[in-house]
Amino acid sequence: MSVHPTINLDSLQEIVERHGYNKNKLIAILQDIQAVYHYLPAEALKTLSKLLKIPLIDIISVATFYRAFSLTPKGRHVATVCLGTACHVRGAPKILEEFERQLNIRRGETTEDGEWSLETVACLGCCAIGPVVVVDGDYHAHTSIRKVPTILGKYGK
Amino acid sequence: MITMKINGVEVKAEEGWTILETAKFYGLEIPTLCHHEGLTPYGGCRLCLVEIGEGPRAKLVSSCTYPAEEGLVVHTDTKRVVQARRMMIELMLSVAPYSKVIQDLASKFGVTRMRFKIRNEECILCGLCVRMCEEQMDGKAIGFQNRGFQRKISTPFDLRSEECRLCGGCIYICPACQLRCQGPQAETAICNACLTMEPTCLDFYDELQCWMYDAGRCGTCVREKKS
Repeated sequence: MSVHPTINLDSLQEIVERHGYNKNKLIAILQDIQAVYHYLPAEALKTLSKLLKIPLIDIISVATFYRAFSLTPKGRHVATVCLGTACHVRGAPKILEEFERQLNIRRGETTEDGEWSLETVACLGCCAIGPVVVVDGDYHAHTSIRKVPTILGKYGK
Repeated sequence: MITMKINGVEVKAEEGWTILETAKFYGLEIPTLCHHEGLTPYGGCRLCLVEIGEGPRAKLVSSCTYPAEEGLVVHTDTKRVVQARRMMIELMLSVAPYSKVIQDLASKFGVTRMRFKIRNEECILCGLCVRMCEEQMDGKAIGFQNRGFQRKISTPFDLRSEECRLCGGCIYICPACQLRCQGPQAETAICNACLTMEPTCLDFYDELQCWMYDAGRCGTCVREKKS
């Protein structure tokens, strides 16, 4: 069974309707689409370009410009390791390495079973509790290599 | 009518003209690369930089996007401007050293050294093809993607676009990926052959006899032989 909901064009129509077919709300619409599928499916973007009457390439430009959007499927859980300056000096690169080892993927990749995605971020703005790892919106403060299996275990690995 | 000063000469510009258009009208040469008549100004290549204002408050602006203003003081070839242009040429050359357009610019502005790593990407992101596709061909098939170091021009998902009619307008206008520099292969990335080459032709013949005609003429036949 796929982890992602199948592409349902009715829900897409609904999202666009909620934003009043407004071209200026493209980013908000893309965010809503990503909230449903956890990524931006190519089919959805093609339909979106027809619904909003804007060229597909313009949507792609926006979708590839922002790190928040992904054109490739994301795992069910997304672990984001902060590599900002404060987290960096406290050993974030080593924590990232540990995640890579445990999940057997590189940064920016997704595990084969579609369970985990590993992302990095430049700074989350909460340097005081660094090194920070965010999993599905939960902030894990003062992480260390030893805490990595516990964090992963919480979400079912 | 707008009255302004370019290189100390009082000029009159019409409402809505840019500095570049005004300078062109008066026959003042400003080099351009990403500018093309018929396409919207982009201000990407920074070759058309000019200095506006005077003294310590003078600043560099791209003349293709800066509108002519009343009382503006413009200098098109100060030391600062030329240095900035040389730097841009050097940077662009490191990305697309096979481009004849950029190699010619390097020769013209005396860029003889290159301090950057050669990347051979053959795209300087001038956006000419994107604008050509959108504005003249009404295609909207290609556009910028990603950002920063990974910025590139491509079709959606890097696949053959449904909008693309294979008109070739993008290739026609590209200054980097077409028109290979035909000069002798130099050891460094900068060819500068047009600067140093001994004239191969001493008289100017017609296009049938010039072996460089298709490549856009080397120009040595009309230049004085270097002593």
